[in-house]
Amino acid sequence: MIKAILIFNNHGKPRMSKFYEHYTEDTEQQIIRETFHLVSKRDENICNFLEGGLLIGGSDNKLIYRHYATLYFVFCVDSSESELGILDLIQVFVETLDKCFENVCELDLIFHVDKVHNILAEMVMGGMVLETNMSEIITQVEAQGKMEKSEVRAAPLSYLLEF
Amino acid sequence: MPLSISLITDTVMTPSVRLQEMIRVIRSARTQGEERGIIQKECADIRAQFRQSDNGERSHSLAKLLYVHMLGYPAHFGQMECVRLIASPRYSEKRIGYLGAMMLLDEKQDASLLITNSIKNDLSHSSQYVQSLALCTLACMGSAEMCRDLAPEIERLLRASNSYIKKKATLCAVHIIRKVPELAELFTPSARSLLSEKNHGVLHGAVVLITELCEHNPDTLDQFRKAVPELVQIMKGLVTSSYSPEHNVAGISDPFLQVRILRLLRILGHNNDTASDAMNDLLAQVATNTDSSKTAGSAVLYETVLTIMDINSESGLRVLAVNILGRFLLNNDRNIRYISMTSLQKIVQSDHNAVQRHRGTIVDCLKDQDTSVKRRALELSLALVSAVNIRSMMKELLIFLSTCPPELRSQTTSGIFNAAERYSPSKRWHIDTILHVLTTCSFTRDAFWNLVMLSHFFNLSSQQPLVQVACWCIGEYGDLLLKGECEEIEPVQVTEDDVLDALETVLQSHMSSPATRGFALTATMKLSTRITDNVDRIRSIVSIYGSCIDLELQQRAVEYNALFKKYDHMRAAVLERMPVMDKNSPGHTNGDTSGENKEPDPSKPKPVEAGLLSEPASQSVQLQMKAPSGNVIPAHGLGQVTQTVVLNNPNKASLPCLFLCSCLSH
Repeated sequence: MIKAILIFNNHGKPRMSKFYEHYTEDTEQQIIRETFHLVSKRDENICNFLEGGLLIGGSDNKLIYRHYATLYFVFCVDSSESELGILDLIQVFVETLDKCFENVCELDLIFHVDKVHNILAEMVMGGMVLETNMSEIITQVEAQGKMEKSEVRAAPLSYLLEF
Repeated sequence: MPLSISLITDTVMTPSVRLQEMIRVIRSARTQGEERGIIQKECADIRAQFRQSDNGERSHSLAKLLYVHMLGYPAHFGQMECVRLIASPRYSEKRIGYLGAMMLLDEKQDASLLITNSIKNDLSHSSQYVQSLALCTLACMGSAEMCRDLAPEIERLLRASNSYIKKKATLCAVHIIRKVPELAELFTPSARSLLSEKNHGVLHGAVVLITELCEHNPDTLDQFRKAVPELVQIMKGLVTSSYSPEHNVAGISDPFLQVRILRLLRILGHNNDTASDAMNDLLAQVATNTDSSKTAGSAVLYETVLTIMDINSESGLRVLAVNILGRFLLNNDRNIRYISMTSLQKIVQSDHNAVQRHRGTIVDCLKDQDTSVKRRALELSLALVSAVNIRSMMKELLIFLSTCPPELRSQTTSGIFNAAERYSPSKRWHIDTILHVLTTCSFTRDAFWNLVMLSHFFNLSSQQPLVQVACWCIGEYGDLLLKGECEEIEPVQVTEDDVLDALETVLQSHMSSPATRGFALTATMKLSTRITDNVDRIRSIVSIYGSCIDLELQQRAVEYNALFKKYDHMRAAVLERMPVMDKNSPGHTNGDTSGENKEPDPSKPKPVEAGLLSEPASQSVQLQMKAPSGNVIPAHGLGQVTQTVVLNNPNKASLPCLFLCSCLSH
């Protein structure tokens, strides 16, 4: 099971955080800080697996991360997940973001964090991997986006009619 | 009509745009304090928005609140908003409402119960995207009660809906089973039929569901063993990669699905010959045909190896599997090396000899720069130590200890001690190893306790210097032994009584030399300032030896007694711990000090000097401890380590220097 998915930048500022188990707000922030602390100490060319921190589960848990330019993508998982598989999943996630945002950069994530959540919701659900086919994910995300936009366009008429 | 125009402008914006405005403002803050101020103002706005009944703004406000929540600011006042928005007929509002529910609500809040009804309705909504929102939220934060309520709905969706919904419903079912295990029976029939789906997403979910069902119930596991041929067929299709080109990752057809199926096969084949036989061929095929030059292939290969090792596979297949792991160990990619060591760790008990063949490579990994790899290599190395390879392994482990990162140090020393205890070829080697550890790394509780137990165990035969060292260490560092910070996972519980018992044994043993007894008595005395509960016991030990036949012991005991009684106020200062040795300080070698000191003659017992124990020293007397003359106890009683003491006595107060020197001469 995936316990949490965190995206933060090189200074530890959170850009997206999704927890699949319940923690208090304080604990969530502590987890982000602790994860950043552990991950930022790592050199560039060593392996992408870390035994997890103390806050998020115990010895069963691992941190699997990838570092892209200014962002860290960290998945906190337990032993039921394939480590190499999750590593690939992070890659798929980032490539999907890239397709949806067109050459994604940190600013995109900052200003469209809700969209990042929507994309992630098509890939991971309830801590389990849902869909890994990039084109399928993008199709669904775009369809949902259209639905939102079409609702908004219809709105002004109804408001006018209320007057 | 300006009012309605502004309303139009407002509602044309999707929630994202308003959110972006706020994000821009927050980012313009230059200090943490400024950011806090901006956010407080925004939250006040948001709260005001929530209080109004105006529909258009609420979703914007909640989106802003969720952003603020991510930054770590309190957002609980948005919980009821989530409930309201979820009940809205508009998709955009539902969407942000459900997202809010997943972030802000959990089973402990009453608000979570209120959304159960909305979820129920949305599960039968005409739009699949609304259904999907409900499914997603239930799978993320559904409580046991909610799960019980909604399970029949989910089961219906499992059977009769499009693949998009089926895929989500399956994972939702997994969540339900985790929360309410009794509901597993509800999903078992539909799970099996899902295996005939073509859609990969649904297949993936189905395999996850079946895995969960099997893990919960051994009877269900038996039932699903009949599905092994079907699973093998699906795998074969994937491996020959004509199945679905769009799921291709680096030349491997849907590696995620392959890995899931392999895991399920592992569970089904474990301890069952029929099932294992049915999958033998497939596993051999995957093991030999999968291209492992990229991560995707390695993931599949690795999973195959684990499955082979865990079922009743043919021996040829097992050898193949271990060899694949061995190849992984030599891979350039550190991730793969790490993974292979994790899996070798799992099989080192059952296939010890096979793993031993790769010992050389594993030991080489101790020198890797990566701490994660080092940790794995350490655990594996310790598991591979045996009577046959103890000497060479210990050499490697000691080299590792001298350069290992601090977080691995205590694990290494514990491992070394355990290995030494079980397999040491000789006592001398055992002692050498322990002393080597002591000198290599800085003080660890574990090290000293092992030393104590070792000296205990050898029963003081010919190893007097060792015992003397042990006693000295206990006396000096006894308090750390009892309560020091513990880095070990299972700390050795040492009580004050244990420590005093050890020292008393040395004192009473007829095999202790008088010098050793002296060490032990002094150590006992030193502990009087380092422990809290058993000072009386120390007092009684010391007073017993006041009538001892051995003159040296008697003298010491009498003087220590005085330290307890008349000179109790000086006891703490006199028995203070030695400062860290500075090799370049002038007091380092013997005879290089001024002031009062005594150099004990190595060939004679210490001279008894008659002297009156006069008035207690005034405050102006200072004790200056110089460095000991060496930090290694020489073997077999040749020579002694001397601790010189400088007494600075500017006021020329008369001092009981006699007892000071004898009790400090070690």
